[in-house]
Amino acid sequence: MRKIMSGDEAIARGAYEAGCTVAAAYPGTPSTEILENMAQYKEIYSEWSPNEKVAVEVACGASIAGARSICAMKHVGLNVAADPMFTMAYEGVNGGLIIVTADDPGMHSSQNEQDNRYYAPHAKVAMIEPSDSQECKDFVKYAFEISEKFDTVVLFRITTRIAHSKSIVELKERCEVGVKEYKKDVKKYVMIPAHSRVKHYEVEERLARLQNYSNNCPLNRIEWGDKKIGIITSGISYQYAKEVFGDSASYLKIGMSYPLPDKMIQKFAKAVDKVYIIEENDPYLETYVKSLGIECIGKEFIPICGELNPDIIRRALLPTEEKKSYSVDVKVPSRPPVLCPGCPHRGLFFAMSKYKDIIATSDIGCYTLGMMPPLNIADTVICMGASISAGVGFKKASEKAGRDSKVFGIIGDSTFFHSGITGLIDAVYNKAPMVTVILDNRITGMTGHQENPGTGKTLMGEDAPIIDIESIVKAVGVKEENIRIVDPYKLEETQRAVDDAYKATEPFVIITKQPCALIKEVQKRRANMYCKINDEKCKKCKACLRIGCPAIAFKNGKIVIDRSMCNGCTLCQQVCKFDAIEKVGE
Amino acid sequence: MTKSILFVGVGGQGIILASKILTEGLIKFGYDVKMSEVHGMAQRGGSVTTQVRFGEKVYSPLIGVGEADVLVAFEKVEAARWISYLKEGGSLVVNDYEIYSMPVLIGQEQYPQNTLDELKSKVENLKIFSAAEVAQDLGNIKTQNIVLLGALIKALGLENLDWEGVIKDNLPEKMQEINIKAIKAGMNI
Repeated sequence: MRKIMSGDEAIARGAYEAGCTVAAAYPGTPSTEILENMAQYKEIYSEWSPNEKVAVEVACGASIAGARSICAMKHVGLNVAADPMFTMAYEGVNGGLIIVTADDPGMHSSQNEQDNRYYAPHAKVAMIEPSDSQECKDFVKYAFEISEKFDTVVLFRITTRIAHSKSIVELKERCEVGVKEYKKDVKKYVMIPAHSRVKHYEVEERLARLQNYSNNCPLNRIEWGDKKIGIITSGISYQYAKEVFGDSASYLKIGMSYPLPDKMIQKFAKAVDKVYIIEENDPYLETYVKSLGIECIGKEFIPICGELNPDIIRRALLPTEEKKSYSVDVKVPSRPPVLCPGCPHRGLFFAMSKYKDIIATSDIGCYTLGMMPPLNIADTVICMGASISAGVGFKKASEKAGRDSKVFGIIGDSTFFHSGITGLIDAVYNKAPMVTVILDNRITGMTGHQENPGTGKTLMGEDAPIIDIESIVKAVGVKEENIRIVDPYKLEETQRAVDDAYKATEPFVIITKQPCALIKEVQKRRANMYCKINDEKCKKCKACLRIGCPAIAFKNGKIVIDRSMCNGCTLCQQVCKFDAIEKVGE
Repeated sequence: MTKSILFVGVGGQGIILASKILTEGLIKFGYDVKMSEVHGMAQRGGSVTTQVRFGEKVYSPLIGVGEADVLVAFEKVEAARWISYLKEGGSLVVNDYEIYSMPVLIGQEQYPQNTLDELKSKVENLKIFSAAEVAQDLGNIKTQNIVLLGALIKALGLENLDWEGVIKDNLPEKMQEINIKAIKAGMNI
């Protein structure tokens, strides 16, 4: 059976067919759909973990117990999860163990453009890179086999265009491999220094065996064409190279990119006149090829920054005529992403915007968009969970400088579970008089609505205990009188909490509670609600435009609310001083 | 010969569904297909694109400047934003529909008034219509994405294939009738 699948779907399918039993992940674009699709295969236990480190550790434990296991994350997630990966590289596996890293060249939805291929040599684990959805599926099977045969973790590296491009995949049946027997083996699975010292030698020896395999395995292959140009490439770059050069070049297509096939590269380079390295972001392949003493052309023409495409390669490496196209004389306005109409974060940000001196240390999620005008709520965004801890540092430095900075750390529910709790502990323990705002919208929003420990459901659709944020905040030691729980759709209540927080001299927490406006049940419930302008009363003062709602516009001399976008949150009604906005529907 | 179709619009307009139905159809009719879409932050009301390429054998899922055979714009200034991707002689389908971006809403930038005139004066193969009005007349404004898909299929010359069957394969039963009407209405514009 043939089916069109994204790379993410195909990885899930590959894990299913390969007899995988345990899968774990924290959502992150572009990796999210791997576990979302995994959940449809009931033979596999799939979970959303609170963060990537937990996900990798769950997979590590499952592997040691004997199950083929997989975990997936976006590139920056592997930074969080690097700790278990580096030590698991020493321990090796029982059931095969795959860690998927989904890099995001071009930063479609990420805070940096790190090239995670370097993690493989750094951690000394095997690495595999597919070039389309069929390979995503097939290579997962190879990866499990390599993992078990060589007793190694396998890093499975994809990029956005592999994860989110769709191509045709041939489906097969599941091959049931069961869960292997577990035998206690402390020298293998308990990494105290005495055991690790022995293991390090084994790791080095394993890399030599893996390199031998890399030189002879079907994952690395040569496609001979014209031998004037020889292209060494991997991942999506292979597709772009084929698009540009077709049969006018030969290709060494790398599917196993660590250890790299040194002998194969040397043989290929000898057979062609000129070697081009075509790869996205860092010169990972190029540096290695050069270290073999081979002259090659790569990053001197192909950019390190940004996402690659055939056009860039063509312009860099071939004398090309400009393609004929069109241009129009239109001043196109920018269109950055924005908080949705009815987004519950808006009320809180609007209340905060009354104070011009608040330092908002923000975090990773939809609420990062609070930084956009007209709300302008964000001074810093670093990584998942940094809002509170960076706020502590900012506050402490400000105190030393004699500045009375009002620091508000802004964090979502899922991000709080991910790595915000430790930051809040730091704020309480080290007595940082900062405010933490936890935006609880009952879902992991930006990545497209995944369950989390606060939602009462698991990835597999089962009911689960709701981890109560307020209880955590209290348990951490925030005093009861310094906690406010508000409905951000109610502006007065929200403003009072922000006012109290602004004046606070001890660690203070505001929890906003209102579900994401895009949750299906919320949309259904509010389908008939909307706000409309009473033109007779409207003085066109434009106060309602200051909340930054995409549904409200000043068009043809009138304020209008787009009914199809509005969900009747009434924030605009609450800011109108002339009673000119009416709510329809209950 | 590989054909390239670029869908452009604003996050939330149903671009992904329209391109998915197109893709499923093309596979059913025997083509090799690659499709690329954008998820995550860009979807929150930002400018979004979906790219579909089909033919005998397709390598790259991405379309470069001057390479699109058809550009389908779900919003009119998005047509202007992406027009350089349309190859000379290619077809342009534009939804006569305005969505103001936040910088326009708060008065930092202007929404241009000359978009359609400019497009008409420069592009030969061009179809401009209000998919929203067509969809509204059919009884559901939310099917405007499928109306646009119909117009695209016509522009590709693929209207004689069984798109009704493709809709039936890919949408829940209660959505089939209205969307079959929508795709046909789009083809007849």
